[in-house]
Amino acid sequence: MRDRLRAWYNEELSGMEEFLNTEERPDATRVERKSAVRRWQEQLLANPEMQREIQIRQKRYHTLYRVVAVFSCILFIAVMLYVIAHFPRFGFENPRADVVARRYLDEGLKETGAVNIVAAMILDYRAFDTLGESFVLFTALVCATILLRMGTRDKEGTMCPVNTFNTSLDNILNGVGFFLIPCILVFGVYIVLNGHLSPGGGFSGGTILGSALIILSAACGFKTTDRIFTYKRLNILSFAALGFYSLSKGFVFFVGANGMHNPIPKGIPGAILSGGLILPLNIAVGLVVACTMYGFYSLFERGRIGHA
Amino acid sequence: MLSTLLHNYQEAVAIVLFAIGFATLLFQRNLIRKLIGMNNMDAGLFLFLTSLGYIDGRKAPILEGTKTVTDAYINPVPSGLVLTGIVVSVSVTAVMLALTVRLYKRYHTLDMDEIYAMTLKEREERF
Amino acid sequence: MTLLEVFKIILLILLIVCAIGVNLTKRLLPAIIIFMAYSTIMAVVWALLESPDLAVTEAAVGAGITSILFFLTLRRLGREALIDPADEQEENPEADSAQEGDS
Repeated sequence: MRDRLRAWYNEELSGMEEFLNTEERPDATRVERKSAVRRWQEQLLANPEMQREIQIRQKRYHTLYRVVAVFSCILFIAVMLYVIAHFPRFGFENPRADVVARRYLDEGLKETGAVNIVAAMILDYRAFDTLGESFVLFTALVCATILLRMGTRDKEGTMCPVNTFNTSLDNILNGVGFFLIPCILVFGVYIVLNGHLSPGGGFSGGTILGSALIILSAACGFKTTDRIFTYKRLNILSFAALGFYSLSKGFVFFVGANGMHNPIPKGIPGAILSGGLILPLNIAVGLVVACTMYGFYSLFERGRIGHA
Repeated sequence: MLSTLLHNYQEAVAIVLFAIGFATLLFQRNLIRKLIGMNNMDAGLFLFLTSLGYIDGRKAPILEGTKTVTDAYINPVPSGLVLTGIVVSVSVTAVMLALTVRLYKRYHTLDMDEIYAMTLKEREERF
Repeated sequence: MTLLEVFKIILLILLIVCAIGVNLTKRLLPAIIIFMAYSTIMAVVWALLESPDLAVTEAAVGAGITSILFFLTLRRLGREALIDPADEQEENPEADSAQEGDS
């Protein structure tokens, strides 16, 4: 079989040379030569034996792909189960790995003034990480804007209507939204402001605020939210929040690195005005997240934010 | 060894979830299903990390009163890591979905193999 | 074994069932709804694992925003994207023509 194929292939190869020689003229341009090669390729593909060979190869590739994929999944599970079997038992303390956690739990309240150690960790000890993550959110919004707004304008520059279904006429949505939206907004603000005292913080509270805005624009139509959230205002809000985060945290880093006294008061633990910079940073992160979530919804719903 | 594995069933479930997500990513040809598989992988990984920080009989790291007793709270480090991870995963998903919308607008299919074949044909036609 | 632990094991089994169920559905809409259920179960598991921060975030992000984004994407893609090609062949031609007329 293989020999036959090879012989056939050599024959075809000489055929190609012949083909090129007959086609080739001294004044032939590059495009003409290319089209000659393509015609030869089409002839080759029209050969039933060649087609069968291609089909066989495709099938063989698919079988190989499946086998390798299944094998890699099973190998992954086996290796990881072996690793897990040598882990410390679930639910027991692992003293070697808990050095950092111990430090956070012992000194966290004294050093940051926040009762919620997770908030103290992500907004004080690892604040630089969280800054990067806020920028990831903002960058994702910018990318989605670029991807989804391209091609929504026609040649004259007017916006093409994306297939939107007007939900603002729905009585049930309107009625439920009338009662639900204030509750969700209050809950979101509570979670953002109490990030250093109770579970939650900028990320979860910001998402809840964003979902309240989403329900508002779904229940009352985009006219209502467009009055508050134009494209420009959304950008300014995100930019102000990110700028405030960068500047304030940069100030703290500068002060700390040079061994100066940190002028930001820690406050009494447990009070709402405590935890140093954690409360304002929570608000900044919450604003960025809420803007991003509403922006995603608006972009996917109708291809633009605000009127622009 | 096997008793430890049985005791660590939660990590095992997390690994199985990760593997199911990986298999979804490999075998499904629909782009949206691939994205769901990627989210499954994320969730499995987060479950694995959180399981490592859990300590039996201890509470969430929200200190009660001003005095701290270290042996009363679970490990806060995985929680903080996973919290950042969840929000990054949603932004990645949004960008991927936007790319999917663009691909569908151009090729009018969600099938990954068909899209690949069409890009090959396009590249040929460009010459 | 306490009652809470039994509850947690049931939830973990449900997680695996949901993760496999995504692959078994024929249409995309049920797959996304199953993924939504998966995220909600995940939030409960995290509440059981003593990390309420994660539970709140996952309930808002995973079950809320991500699913909404998936739904909106499906609506933007239009009606014909929701039907798998394999599924399309099984339907009778009348239903096909009715769908074309709608869209």
